[in-house]
Amino acid sequence: MLSFIGRSFVQKIITLFFVSIVSFLIIHLAPGKPSQVDPMNPKFTPEVVERFRKEFHLDKPLYVQYVYFYQDLFTGKTVSWKDNQSVLKKIWERFLNSLPLFIVGTLLTWTLSFPVGIRSAIFRKGIFDRTATFLSYLLISIPGFFFAYVLIIFVVTRFHVPVIGMVTFGIGDASIPYILMDRIWHMLLPSVLVATGGIAVLSRYVRSQMLEVEGQDYIRTARAKGLPPEQVHYKHALRNALLPFVTMFGLILPGLIGGSVIIESIFSWPGMGRMAYEAILARDYPIILTVNFVSAVLVLAGTFISDLLYLIVDPRIRL
Amino acid sequence: MNLNETTVTKDFHLEEPLAPKQTRLEEFWLLFGQNRLAIMGLLIFILFFCCAIAGLFLTSGSKPIFDPSLIRLEEKLRPPFSKPNLDLLEPNQVPTLNFYLMGTDDLGRDVFARMLQGAWVSLTVGFVAVGISVLIGIFMGGIAGYFGQHYIKIDHILWTLFLVSGTGLVLLDVTLSGAALLLLCLAYIVYVVLTRHRSRKKAHSSWRAMLHTNAVSVDTLIMRIVDIMLCFPSFFLILTVVAILPASIYNIMIVIGLTSWMGTTRFVRAEFLSLREQDFVAAAKALGIGNFRIIFRHMMPNAVAPVLVSATIGIASAILTEAGLSFLGFGVPPPNATWGNILSGGKNFIFDAPWLTFIPGITILIVVLSFNLFGEGLRDALNPKLRERH
Repeated sequence: MLSFIGRSFVQKIITLFFVSIVSFLIIHLAPGKPSQVDPMNPKFTPEVVERFRKEFHLDKPLYVQYVYFYQDLFTGKTVSWKDNQSVLKKIWERFLNSLPLFIVGTLLTWTLSFPVGIRSAIFRKGIFDRTATFLSYLLISIPGFFFAYVLIIFVVTRFHVPVIGMVTFGIGDASIPYILMDRIWHMLLPSVLVATGGIAVLSRYVRSQMLEVEGQDYIRTARAKGLPPEQVHYKHALRNALLPFVTMFGLILPGLIGGSVIIESIFSWPGMGRMAYEAILARDYPIILTVNFVSAVLVLAGTFISDLLYLIVDPRIRL
Repeated sequence: MNLNETTVTKDFHLEEPLAPKQTRLEEFWLLFGQNRLAIMGLLIFILFFCCAIAGLFLTSGSKPIFDPSLIRLEEKLRPPFSKPNLDLLEPNQVPTLNFYLMGTDDLGRDVFARMLQGAWVSLTVGFVAVGISVLIGIFMGGIAGYFGQHYIKIDHILWTLFLVSGTGLVLLDVTLSGAALLLLCLAYIVYVVLTRHRSRKKAHSSWRAMLHTNAVSVDTLIMRIVDIMLCFPSFFLILTVVAILPASIYNIMIVIGLTSWMGTTRFVRAEFLSLREQDFVAAAKALGIGNFRIIFRHMMPNAVAPVLVSATIGIASAILTEAGLSFLGFGVPPPNATWGNILSGGKNFIFDAPWLTFIPGITILIVVLSFNLFGEGLRDALNPKLRERH
C-alpha cells in the first residue's frame, strides 16, 4: 500500500513536470508575442515594450523564462501581465464564484442520474428505458450554447426573470428573501446547463453497470430464494453496482477548475472559465499557464484519489 | 480451409458444412438493422453527407448558385419562407429559390446558402480531425501494443533529444549551435550503424555499455505520453492554441485531431495486447512476415471495431467543438459561414429573429445526434457478447 502510494506519487510528479514543460512550450513557441498584442496603441512605444519585456523576463532565453515562471508560481509571486495583480489571488476569487455552480451542478448530476439509470436498468427495454436512452443521447448531442439560448428564451418569456450575470444589476437594498430568490434564479440556468452532459453520461453508465450486475449468478440466487424484488434490486444489485462510482468521486475534481468557458461567457458569470477565456483573448500568459498547471494538478490528484478509493472499497484489489 | 472441411466431413459424416451460413457482414447487418435508432442515425448521416457535398458545389466558385456572402441590406432579418421584396433588389440579388427558405440574417444574407456552406465545414472538420486522431491513435497504440516489451536505450533518448533540439534551434534562427547538434547526432548515428556488426561480437566498452542500458519500455513511454496529454483540459487547450495560431479552418482540424487521439491509442493498445498472443500472429511471424505488415494487414483488421465506434462518436464531438469555437468567435474567419458562427451572429437578435438561433442549433443537434446514435448502434452490433446472445 505504502509503496503503491509512493510509486504513484513519484510518477505523478514526473507527469506534472512534463505537463509544465509542454504547456510552456505550446504557449511560447506559438507565433506572435505578447508584447505585440496592441501595436496600434500609441502608448506602446518601443521603449515601453522593451521595459515590459525586461520586467517579465521575456528577453531571456526560454529555459530561463521557464525557471523564472515556475519559481514565481511556487512562491506565489506570479502576477498577471494585464493588471499586475497576483494570479493566485485572481484565480481564487474567480474560483469562489465558480464554486456554487460546480456544487449545484454536481449535486444535480449525481442525484438525478442514479434514479434514472437504476430505473432504466430494472425495466430494461420498457418505455421508460427507451425514453431515457433517447433523451440522454439528445442531451449529449445538444450544443451547450444552443441549449442555453433555448432555456434563456423559455425562462425569460415564461417567468419574466433576469438570468444573465450573478445578480440583477442595481438590486441594491431589496429585502433579503428577494435577493436570495434573485441569486437562485441567476444560478439555476447555468448550473442546469453544467449538469446536463453529466446527467446524460452518468445515467447511461449507471444503467450499464446495473445491467452487468443484474446478470450475475448471485442475483439469480437472490431471486430464486424468493426475496422481494426491491431487496434484490436495491440491496443485492445496487450495492455491487455502486463500486465504480465511488472511484468517480475523485474524477469530478478536475471539473472544479475546468469550469465551462462557453456557458460562463453566455451568462456573463465571472467564474474560472470566463477568466481563462479573457486571459486567452488578452494573451495573459501567466494566467493561462497557471490555470493549465492547476488543472493538471487536479486531474492527477483526482486519479490518485480514485485509485486510493478503489483500494479501500474493493477488497479484491491488493497491491 | 477447404481441405480441412472435406476431411472433417469424411471422418465424422456430418451432413452440413461447418462454415457459418452468414458472413460476418450479413450478421452485422442483421444485428444493426434491429436497432431502429441506429438506422435512423445512418440515414441522417448519409443525408448530411449529400447536403455537405452539394453545399460545396452550390456555394463555391465565382458565380455560385446560392451565394452565402451576398449582402442585401434592404432585406435583413426576414423570417423563413418570406418572399423577397422584388422592387428593391437588383436582378442578381434575387435569391435562387425566389423566396428565403430559412430567412435572412442581420446583413440580409440568405441563411439557407450559409447553412449549406457551413455543412461542408462541419463535415470536413469532423472527418479530418477524427482522421488525424485515428491515425495517430492507431500508430501509437499499435506500437505500444506490439513493440511494448522492447526497451528504449539511453542512446536512443539522447540522439532524439539532440535531433529535436537541433531542429528547434535551427528553426529559431540559432543556426550555428543547432547545426552543430544536428551534425553531432548524425555522426553518432553513422558511428552506430558502422560499428553495429562489430559491436555484436565484441564486448562493449564501458561508455557504450552505459549508453545501451535499458531506460524505459516503449509501452511505458507511450502510455505516459497519453497520461500527460490527458492532463490538459482539452477544450481550454484547443481554445488557447486556436487563439494563438492564425485563424484558419485547417488549424482547427489539426488542433482538434492532435488533442483527441488518446482514447484510440488506449483501445488499440488493449486490443493488440490480446491479439499479439494469438496463433495467427505467431503463424505470420513464423512465415517471416515483416512487423509492420503483421501490424497493419493481420492485426489491425481485428482491432478495428472499437476504433470505428470511437471514431464515429469522435466526429460528433469534433463537430460540437468546432461549433463551440466558432460560437466564441475563434475558428473559421468571416465571411465563410459555419453553423457555429451563424448561431453566434444570431444570438444578438434572439427575440426578434429566433430562426437565426434555432435553425443552426437544431441542425447541429440533429447531425451530432445521428452520429452518436449510429456510433452506439455500431458498438452494439460489433460487440461479440451481444452477438452470442443473439
